[in-house]
Amino acid sequence: MSAKQISVFLENKPGTLKKMTAALSEAKINIRALSVVDTRDFGIVRMLVNDTFNATSVLNEAGFITSLKKVLIYEIHDEAGSLDSVLEKFEDLNINIEYMYAFAGKNGAYMVFRVAKAEEAEAFLRKNGLHSLSDEDMARV
Amino acid sequence: MAYYQEEIECASLETIKGIQEEKFLKQVRHVWDNVPYYRKKMEEKGVSVDDIKSMADISKLPFLSKADLKAAYPYGLLGVPLSECVRIHSTSGTTGKRVIAFYTKEDIDLWDTCCARAIVAAGGTKDDVVHVAYGYGLFTGGAGLDGGSHKLGCLTVPVSSGNTERQILFMMDLKATILACTPSYAAYLAESLSEMGYGPDDIPLKAGIFGAEAWSEEMRRDIEAKLGIKAYDIYGLTELSGPGVSFECSAQGGMHINEDHFYAEIIDPDTGEVLPEGEYGELVFTALDKKAFPLLRYRTRDICRLTREKCSCGRTFIRMAKPKGRSDDMLIIRGVNVFPSQIETVLMKEGYAANYQIIVDRVKNTDTLDVHVELMPEMFTDSVSDIDERRRALETGIHNILGIKAKVTLVAPKTIQRSEGKAVRVIDRRKI
Repeated sequence: MSAKQISVFLENKPGTLKKMTAALSEAKINIRALSVVDTRDFGIVRMLVNDTFNATSVLNEAGFITSLKKVLIYEIHDEAGSLDSVLEKFEDLNINIEYMYAFAGKNGAYMVFRVAKAEEAEAFLRKNGLHSLSDEDMARV
Repeated sequence: MAYYQEEIECASLETIKGIQEEKFLKQVRHVWDNVPYYRKKMEEKGVSVDDIKSMADISKLPFLSKADLKAAYPYGLLGVPLSECVRIHSTSGTTGKRVIAFYTKEDIDLWDTCCARAIVAAGGTKDDVVHVAYGYGLFTGGAGLDGGSHKLGCLTVPVSSGNTERQILFMMDLKATILACTPSYAAYLAESLSEMGYGPDDIPLKAGIFGAEAWSEEMRRDIEAKLGIKAYDIYGLTELSGPGVSFECSAQGGMHINEDHFYAEIIDPDTGEVLPEGEYGELVFTALDKKAFPLLRYRTRDICRLTREKCSCGRTFIRMAKPKGRSDDMLIIRGVNVFPSQIETVLMKEGYAANYQIIVDRVKNTDTLDVHVELMPEMFTDSVSDIDERRRALETGIHNILGIKAKVTLVAPKTIQRSEGKAVRVIDRRKI
C-alpha cells in the first residue's frame, strides 16, 4: 500500500512556514514527517500528517497551494547496511527515486520515497519482500 | 444593429468631414478669443486664427501636452468664465501633478451622449441595468458611464468601487446586465465570484464596458469566459472629458472615435509630423466643441493606429486600435521600449491570471526586469523541476516578445495586491 503525502508551495520569505504550521496547529493536525526543498524563490514542504483530508482543506482555506502525492514508506532497521539493502531492490527493479526523506516513528526509523508510477513500483517491491506502510499503518508507527 | 444616434454614427465620410470642419473653425476662433495661453503658443509659432481656413490647416497649430496642462494649472486653459462651469474632474495623478478639467452643462451633455453611444454599441437598451463599479468622485470613470446610462434611460446602479462581495450580491439581486469598471477590477470580481462558489450562470450580466487602463486581448477572453459576458473596450482621457472618446462595437475590432466631437490625428512622437492612416504613432485629439476645456491638438501619449476600413457594425466613425499602452506606461529597459501589456500577453497565453507585478531596478548601472506572477493552484505538482520549467517558459516567452531578459518569480496566490481601480502593475525603483 502507498500513503498520501501533502506538498505545499511556499514563497521564500520570512513567516510563510510559520503561517502554515499555525494553520495546522489550530486544526489540531499532527505532522508525522516533514521535508523542505528550497530554491532561490520558493520552497516545497512535503509532509505526512495524521489527517490528510482535513489538512488539505485547512491549508487551502488559508490560501496555500497544495498537491497530494502517493509515496512509499519503508521501515529501515537501525543497523549498518539496511538502507542499502532496500535501495538494492529499487535498483534491481530499475525504479528511479525522485526524492526521499526520513522520519522517526515510535519504535523505528522510516524512509519516504517518491517514485514514478508509485502503485506499480509498490507492487513490484512487495513481491520482492518490501512492505510499504499505508495511511492506516502510519497511525500505528 | 442598434445605434444611439444612427444618423451621425453611420453618416457618410463627407458629412462627418463637413461637421468636423465647421466645428473646428469655430473652436479655433473660440480658443483664440478666450484662451490666452494657447493664443500665445500660436503667436509664438507665427500662426494667427486667420491662417486657419480649413480642417487641413490643423497641422499649423501647436500641440498641447501634459506639460502645458501643468504650466497652465489650474485655470490657464479655461475657455469660459468659471461661472459657466458646472463641474470639474481630475486625473488620478499617477504620473505627476493632477490635471483638472472643467465642464459646462453642454460639455457634460455631449460627454453623456458619447457614453450612451458606447452603451448601445455594447448591446445596451433602456431596459438594461447598468452596474457602474468605476470609482465615483474626481475620477471620470463613474461619472461618465453613470451619465451615459442615465441618458439612455437604463436603471443605473451607482455602486462605485470597493466591497466586492456586496457588489456581487447587488448584481445578483438587481439583475445587472451590464457591468462598467476597470478591466483589472472586472478580473477581480470574476475571481471573487468563483471564490464565493458561483459561476458565470449565476449572474445575469451579458456585457461589460471596461476601460481606463491598458489590457490585453487575452485578458479580455479570460474575463469574458469567467463572467459569461462579451467585454467591450472604452477609451477616454479626463483632459478630453473622460471615457467615451471612443468605444468598441460588436465587431470588437478597434474603438470607434466619436468623430463629431473629437478629431484624431496620429503623429510621429519624435518629429510631430502627421502620419498617414494605418501607421502606428502617438494619438493626438482636438476637442471640436467642448467649451470649458477646449484642448486643441492634445498629445495623449497613447501609441496606436487609426483605420477607416468598413466596420461590420455599420458605424462609419474612424476606429483606433487598442493602444499598446500609454507612453507614460512605457518603460525603457536597457534601451528597449517595454509595455506592461506585452508581458501580460505572455502570462495569459501560458495560463496565468492577470495578477502580476513588474519590478524594474538598476543594479550596477544595468536595468533589471523582474516579473512576479501568481502560480495557479492547478499548476502545482510538488516537483521543483516542473515549477522551474514553468518559470523558464515565461522567461523565454518574455524574451521572445521583448528581446530582453527578465527574471520571473512565481509567487503564492493572493499575494499580489488586488486593485479596485487602476491596477499598480509597475514598480520602477530606478533612481535616474
